[in-house]
Amino acid sequence: MTRLFAPPRVLSRSDQRAFVKEALRRLDNPARRRFLKGAASVGAFALLSGCDITDGISAEGALRAMSDFNDRVQAALFDPVKLAEEFPESAVTRPFPFNAFYPREEAPAVDPADYALEVSGLVERKDGWTLDKLYALPQVSQITRHVCIEGWTAIGKWSGVRFADFLKLIGADLSARYVGFTCADGYATSIDMPTALHPQTQLTFRFMDEVLPRIYGFPMKLRMPTKLGYKNPKHITEIFVTNDYPGGYWETYGYNWFSGL
Amino acid sequence: MAGQAAVLDATAASAAPGRARPIHPLIVRLTHWLNAAAVVVMILSGWQIHNAYPILPFRFPDGVTLGGWLGGALLWHFAAMWLLMANGLVIFAYGIASGRYRRKLLPITPRAVIADAFAALRGELSHARLDDYNAVQKLLYLGVLCLLLVIVASGFAIWKPVQFAWLTSLFGGFQGARIVHFLAMAGIAGFIVIHVVMALLVPRSLVAMLRGR
Repeated sequence: MTRLFAPPRVLSRSDQRAFVKEALRRLDNPARRRFLKGAASVGAFALLSGCDITDGISAEGALRAMSDFNDRVQAALFDPVKLAEEFPESAVTRPFPFNAFYPREEAPAVDPADYALEVSGLVERKDGWTLDKLYALPQVSQITRHVCIEGWTAIGKWSGVRFADFLKLIGADLSARYVGFTCADGYATSIDMPTALHPQTQLTFRFMDEVLPRIYGFPMKLRMPTKLGYKNPKHITEIFVTNDYPGGYWETYGYNWFSGL
Repeated sequence: MAGQAAVLDATAASAAPGRARPIHPLIVRLTHWLNAAAVVVMILSGWQIHNAYPILPFRFPDGVTLGGWLGGALLWHFAAMWLLMANGLVIFAYGIASGRYRRKLLPITPRAVIADAFAALRGELSHARLDDYNAVQKLLYLGVLCLLLVIVASGFAIWKPVQFAWLTSLFGGFQGARIVHFLAMAGIAGFIVIHVVMALLVPRSLVAMLRGR
């Protein structure tokens, strides 16, 4: 029976990079809808009839179109000033779960000495940001719930700079549609500008009052209690502002792009 | 004699406009089958979604799920939900505005339900009139309508726990909403089993839901 979008295997680091690069290249392509063609050949019919109609009708296009429609519905439902619930420190989940598309040992070890965050796209100031410069910015904290697309939740404490403040600092075009992220682990994702400007969207440098540990995304992650967990990129190396849909790692496989809570 | 009876029947049918109306008007049949398709897709994809992080300690066999993996199942689930809701709004509005729900499903008393349940178990319940529901049928149809409302509400609570935080807390939080969503699914699945068995035992009822009479 044909499976709708095979789940990814664990790949080596270089394979991951190559894979994501290729995936993103295809996403840029106007024909990106065809990326998974054949993978979604009417799962329902195959399931109910027990036969495989690979040359028959493809449900994938319709499902993708519905997912795009759901992006628009969610953007409309998103209230830019509605705050996610915050919790007391006693509610924090210990130990906080590790989750990625690779095992914990393979989380990248970024060297803080030669690290500089790149900013690009529709921004006025494109100079890189060393960690010292980032740590010197006004910091805020939040204790919020992380909701995984799989259905589990965990509460953690994150500290960093309000992302809206950071976007203003770099002179980002706040009327642009997307903010995209490239990560040291080969991950990539992108978000809508209204969520980027939400008061609880945070460029995070600390977890539980300590420097963000390697497995939770050192040197920085983007924390958004208004989106599903996989939309919160870790090990960020580049932030770009754009009007061209940048897609993302899991989004390429079929996870819904907006994924707002 | 037989010929005379046929003439009388024909006269009655043409004289009383009520008799000429189908048991199930077209809108009821159409929304019934669209709802059936949407519910089956929702349940089978929901089983695959459940398997990603089971809220109750068991998994559904992959062979009976839809979507292949979590991401595929979510695409099916969040596509079929619009069909379920749009179709549901149409038939709820029709059922209430036309008085069909009131006519078919009310009144219902506990005493009648118990009496009819025992009669059903003794095999004494008649299905001679398809347009007249016994008390057990009324209870099941009312029950599944309520479950559909609960499953949509708890679904929204899981989908939008920040935007609809009030709804999520109504179900006892995110995981509470998942449990309610699951139990409502189990209730609807149980209804479907009884409903399909009964339709097969009284095939005329299946024909009526296809042809109208």
